[in-house]
Amino acid sequence: MSPPLVEVSAISRTYAMRSGMFGRAAAVHAVDGVSLTIAKGQTLGLVGESGSGKSTTGRIVLGLEPPDSGEVRFDGKPMAAPGTTAWRAQRARMQMIFQDPLGALDRRLPVATQIREPLDIHGLGTPAARDERVRELLRAVELTPAHGARYPGALSGGQRQRIVLARALATKPDFLVCDEPVSALDVSIQAQVVNLLCDLQAQLSLTLLFISHDLRVVRQISNVVAVMYLGRIVEIGSADDLFARPEHPYTQALVSASPAPGRRSAGRILLSGDPPNPAARPTGCAFHPRCPRAIARCAREVPALSAVGGDRQVACHLVTGAATRDAA
Amino acid sequence: MTPLVSIEDLRVAFNGVPVLRGVDIALQKGEAVGLVGESGSGKSVTWLAALGLLPRHAQVSGSVRLDGRPILGAPAAELDQVRGGRIAMIFQDPASALNPVLTIRRQLCEALALHRDLQGNAVKAEARRLLDLVGIPDAGRRLEAYPHEFSGGQVQRIMIAMALAGNPDLLIADEPTTALDATIQAQILELLSTVRRELGMAMVLISHDLGVVAENCDRVAVMYAGRIVEQAPSNQLFADPVHPYAQGLIGALPPLDGPRRRLTAIPGTVPDPAHMPGGCAFAPRCALVADACGLAAPTLAPIADDRSVACVRAEVSRRALLGIAAE
Amino acid sequence: MGRYFAIRIGRAALTIVLVVTFAFVVLRLSGDPALMILGPEAPPEVLAAFRKAWGLDDPIWAQYFDYFGAIAKGELGRSMRDGRPAIELVLERIPATLALTLPAFFFKVALGVPAGIYAALHRGSGIDRAVMMTAVAGFTVPSFVLALLLVLVFAVQLGWLPSGGQDSWRHAILPIATLSLGGAAVLARFTRSAMLEVLGQPYIRTASAKGVPWRKVVTSHALPNAAIPTVTILGFMVGTLIAGAVVVESVFAWPGVGRLLVVAVANRDLAVVQCILLLVAMTMVTSNLVVDFLYGFLDPRLRSKGAHA
Repeated sequence: MSPPLVEVSAISRTYAMRSGMFGRAAAVHAVDGVSLTIAKGQTLGLVGESGSGKSTTGRIVLGLEPPDSGEVRFDGKPMAAPGTTAWRAQRARMQMIFQDPLGALDRRLPVATQIREPLDIHGLGTPAARDERVRELLRAVELTPAHGARYPGALSGGQRQRIVLARALATKPDFLVCDEPVSALDVSIQAQVVNLLCDLQAQLSLTLLFISHDLRVVRQISNVVAVMYLGRIVEIGSADDLFARPEHPYTQALVSASPAPGRRSAGRILLSGDPPNPAARPTGCAFHPRCPRAIARCAREVPALSAVGGDRQVACHLVTGAATRDAA
Repeated sequence: MTPLVSIEDLRVAFNGVPVLRGVDIALQKGEAVGLVGESGSGKSVTWLAALGLLPRHAQVSGSVRLDGRPILGAPAAELDQVRGGRIAMIFQDPASALNPVLTIRRQLCEALALHRDLQGNAVKAEARRLLDLVGIPDAGRRLEAYPHEFSGGQVQRIMIAMALAGNPDLLIADEPTTALDATIQAQILELLSTVRRELGMAMVLISHDLGVVAENCDRVAVMYAGRIVEQAPSNQLFADPVHPYAQGLIGALPPLDGPRRRLTAIPGTVPDPAHMPGGCAFAPRCALVADACGLAAPTLAPIADDRSVACVRAEVSRRALLGIAAE
Repeated sequence: MGRYFAIRIGRAALTIVLVVTFAFVVLRLSGDPALMILGPEAPPEVLAAFRKAWGLDDPIWAQYFDYFGAIAKGELGRSMRDGRPAIELVLERIPATLALTLPAFFFKVALGVPAGIYAALHRGSGIDRAVMMTAVAGFTVPSFVLALLLVLVFAVQLGWLPSGGQDSWRHAILPIATLSLGGAAVLARFTRSAMLEVLGQPYIRTASAKGVPWRKVVTSHALPNAAIPTVTILGFMVGTLIAGAVVVESVFAWPGVGRLLVVAVANRDLAVVQCILLLVAMTMVTSNLVVDFLYGFLDPRLRSKGAHA
């Protein structure tokens, strides 16, 4: 296995959040002791529901916000202090794309100008070489130079996301964080963009952190998948194996909740209750109030993420290694 | 047997731009029908038009019958009896679908007062029963709460309670779980199928999610660019789609188990309603396109019992699919 | 909730201090009150005596602090022109102003709100366009132009109504009409857009989908929501009850607070000007506070957030 490009160790991030306009501030543990490694050229999928902290994790990994504790190492070195030359050099090697391409683009500029922008900012190549690079990038995302002359408003949602992708690739980054990049797209267009991402990753040996609530898309694109619940990773393992044999009760419920053509809902695990409020985190295992298998210990003790055989790690008192796996 | 609802040649245009271009669909009592398609395909507009809920500037034509009686263009008083009383509707965005300044009790009791012959305390008792039915805990006290005091999943439960208030024969659920998290989506879909079973109510489930429709409906209609392109029993449609667009949609869906395969993406984008291609609207994106496809828009024609498809290349398409499956 | 109102009240107090400071600075910078009142030919020793009597020869910051000290004690100074307490001069003019602004407020609401609602409900119709055109005209035409126009038509041409003065109720008709028309136009536009915004909300469609007759959808679902933004503009209009008629009172020679202000500014009668500004600032600020309270009443989302605090 290739050496890790991104190493995240025990990062935490707490926000002070007011409930409404007048409420008291409450501490929200958006991310709580998350550790991850992403090997060069691999894709790590991060799944979870709203409030699970997956987007915050993405922003911290990219250095867009600092962790309160813990460390992110990129290519063996810790993240440089924001604003320094070292930081800028590091940042040119990592890029991000978001769910809403229209929000990420300036409506008043032709898209080619926006793809070129990072080249101008980082002073990469001569002006003529930059123009050539923009054409190359447009081709790479399966668009034509004619598309480059258009404004974001004149492009479809899928085309805009391609433009955002082209811009992100302009500086030849090694690492791309994708936060729900295809969630706003229709199924047929989503498939185009997912295929494109897979192709580009193979061609450019990109390393990806792919954040999404959509299990199918995550499985399609990821080598390793981490499942987050209320700021913590509850299960992590290789993509195919994790979705085929989920171990954590929450992952099991998520997988069973994902509807599939040709399968009736019989045997589905239904969780009771609402997704919990991150400001009022349950004690012990945060999932225990909704867990169909919770025991007394779950309410008292926070389960640690531990290896259960193979490359799988699970944070659950009821899943304890090979014995449980064989029994299940 | 007279269908519960039958829609024939329903057309809608906004400012002269056609968005619904001749929809035919019929629904039997107690049946669950899914309507799938991508954004702009007209799946919501079909039912908003049928119930007269589109803005005034929409031009609507065609026929919509309920128990054989025409309701399209019926007098307002008659339509008000149908809406909520015979056909109820719930929507996608639970956060904004309830009136923020009125209590749940007022909004529920309003529906009860309109469609049920209940007086005084009986109204409130029924409202409480409905909240119980949809699984809102502590219903008596929660009746006095406002919509913002509930979570998204709970608001969707309240919407369902409100839809049930008039004892409707048909519930139109327009993307009822799209805005909700996966585990909450599963709860709401389970609730919908439970109440449907218990009350013997028919349902139209509008969704962009093939999986959601497949699991919850007896029959599915696939829409593209303002028309139904294929109609079939759920299991048959997903096992053996005939229309190239239906095949494309299913191929574009990443599998959750089994071997990974490259997604078969449909090239290009949905046509702009203002510049619709002549002939079949899917032809510019279709791998099986032939000369005949550009001539006239194909009509929905039966290909088997309970199955119909609007494609001149249906036979070729079906063979192509079986050929792939045989490999 | 207490915290919320403490912040509001603190902000209100700050607003008043800023308004009074602004008035103080502008008036001191724009000319010597002694010269203005006594005239350029007045002998220097008379000017000196006048300045000493009114504290005008103190350093400017001392005058400023004296002024605030006095206000804190409830003393608003005396008119430099006739020596009477400024507050008395102002208070005796208030009824005359209210005689114009209160009926005008009533007409603004009675005309503007229904016109706005009607226009929104019949969007794009001939009546909507007519209401909107009238409304645009109503708030682009300055009130003095409108006033002169009304005088020209109803006093000069037709001779139905007097063009100025305060002798009978007939004298009040043209000033009230001038005030009402402009305000009604603003209110109509605002109500229309608030109503259109609400009518486009999903919960309106929900109400229709459950079979609520359209008339009831409007009265029990749309109006309560549209009332929330409309209250803001109404609050602003209440705030102008005392001093919203400066121009109109001047044109129609109506002896209200507005006209007193014009005369006092012209004469550099500092105490009177400051007294009026203080009063205006206080009405504005009070009406804003009332609006904040009303929000809590109209919008349960604000109310229950308050309950958590």
